[in-house]
Amino acid sequence: MEPEKLSIKEMHSGLVGKDFSAEELARFFLDKIRKEDGEIKAFITVTEDLALAQAKKADEIIAKGGDIPMLAGIPCAIKDNIFIEGVKCTSASKMLENYVAPYDATVVKKLKEQGAVILGKTNLDEFAMGSSTENSAFFVTKNPRDTSRVPGGSSGGSAAATAAGFCKFALGSDTGGSIRQPASFCGVVGLKPTYGAVSRYGVMAFASSLDQIGPFAKDAADCQTVFDAIKGRDPLDSTSLDSPEQKERLDIKGLRIGIPKEYFVKGMDKEVERTIREAIGKYEKMGAKIVEVSLPHTEYALPCYYIIATAEASANLARYDGIKYGSSEFNNPEVNGLLDVYVKSREKYFGSEVKRRIMLGTYVLSSGYYDAYYKRAQKVRTLIKNDFEKALSQADVLLTPVSPTLPFKIGEKMDDPLSMYLSDIYTISINLAGVGAISMPAGWEGDLPVGMQIIGKPFEEDKMFQAAMAFEEKK
Amino acid sequence: MISEEEIRHIAKLSRLEFSATQLEKFQKEFSAILEYVENLKTVNVDGIEPMAHSVKVANVFRNDDPEIQGTRLDDNKKLLELAPGTEGDYLKSKSVF
Repeated sequence: MEPEKLSIKEMHSGLVGKDFSAEELARFFLDKIRKEDGEIKAFITVTEDLALAQAKKADEIIAKGGDIPMLAGIPCAIKDNIFIEGVKCTSASKMLENYVAPYDATVVKKLKEQGAVILGKTNLDEFAMGSSTENSAFFVTKNPRDTSRVPGGSSGGSAAATAAGFCKFALGSDTGGSIRQPASFCGVVGLKPTYGAVSRYGVMAFASSLDQIGPFAKDAADCQTVFDAIKGRDPLDSTSLDSPEQKERLDIKGLRIGIPKEYFVKGMDKEVERTIREAIGKYEKMGAKIVEVSLPHTEYALPCYYIIATAEASANLARYDGIKYGSSEFNNPEVNGLLDVYVKSREKYFGSEVKRRIMLGTYVLSSGYYDAYYKRAQKVRTLIKNDFEKALSQADVLLTPVSPTLPFKIGEKMDDPLSMYLSDIYTISINLAGVGAISMPAGWEGDLPVGMQIIGKPFEEDKMFQAAMAFEEKK
Repeated sequence: MISEEEIRHIAKLSRLEFSATQLEKFQKEFSAILEYVENLKTVNVDGIEPMAHSVKVANVFRNDDPEIQGTRLDDNKKLLELAPGTEGDYLKSKSVF
């Protein structure tokens, strides 16, 4: 038996057919993590007790028979900025090194109810701020495809765990590309759902108007199974909505695939461009209709994003004050007065990228700059959203690269924050527009994956998955 | 380039502190990022409505019922345990002045 090679559906059949038990599976994956994660370092916390308790629950569900949930007994990993009750939740920050989540995130609650087996919490850039997982306050995660390279970020631990076969699926969060870029770098499938499709209750807020939780899996079908399990309106998140049911089957013949011309202009690696163009050719051979579309405000998306995301982050991270929870200098005898508790705690326990973003966000919101930066960025955001609406009226889906480069070397971009930000150039507009996008391997350059992005109309994830699956079958 | 004084002011508003060497490094990085976002000033946004959110959701009202929020009575204790200083059922703070 090679459980890491099975799809979720195959594993489900194996469990239902009693070929193996959920406990056997859980022990297999825990053992694999113990043996191999020393090198990859995908996990911050391994939750062995929780995994075995959930496996027992899954085996009971299966023994009872009847309608067995698809994820019962399926081993998974959760990004360490998503709450699991009673389990440490650090956001890879010294600020929350010993913080224990007081309740379950809605997505975790849904997985637990299905009997999914949670193996542990995965590494990320501190508070999900970064594109390489190198900003983790604890350690750097390595790309399982080439351990001298980054796994991407910020959900690098979840992507690496999925690629290394440590779990069948993982959850991440995506504010500007944090699911799609690591999925691309690690050669797995990741979905940034339409804003509102999945409840954000229990994910640590970074930029609330952009954050979404989404799944990682080995292929599109598995990814869709997980998305179906976690989506839907939640009374605890007022921005969440039910996805309208999509009955219509998508036919690749005649499917209009839009190629945004602004995405193929400059700054892209030759290998990436070639692979993406080959992927477009494959769709064309399958009968899809390739149409050129325009997203004229593309070059403004990144500066727009860094104003809006940091502004929201500066407000969201104000909660870390050394009084309510988290690491604190409250009991340091040299710290006197309330302001001193705030300043000394934040100075000591936040990492430099987090500070940089809080500072930028505070600056763009500060008196005298609000209109020039923040309000202007919000208007540009409207223009970007309009661009997507127009392009998606001329095409059924859009196809683009995920990242302009192949996975880069560990350390390569750490001294230049701006060049690190540029690695999100193809992914951030999607969050600004609020639409959904799948990241999946388009091809390989030697051992390194090249990812492509399939962008769909709001709440049309099913269509995006069908387009993704058609490509996988063609390979 | 943004001045050192401005950086100190923003740091104060952010409730952050920087050493002299950090400040210098920060000043350079911050200036480069600001220069980059200046790019937005070239976009014509006349008559364009600012957008805060991508989904149109109206205000959602509901009763303040702890059951809906999934909280239980013993949660109070659990939340208090996360704080560095407490007294009875209260969070402790340092003096404001």
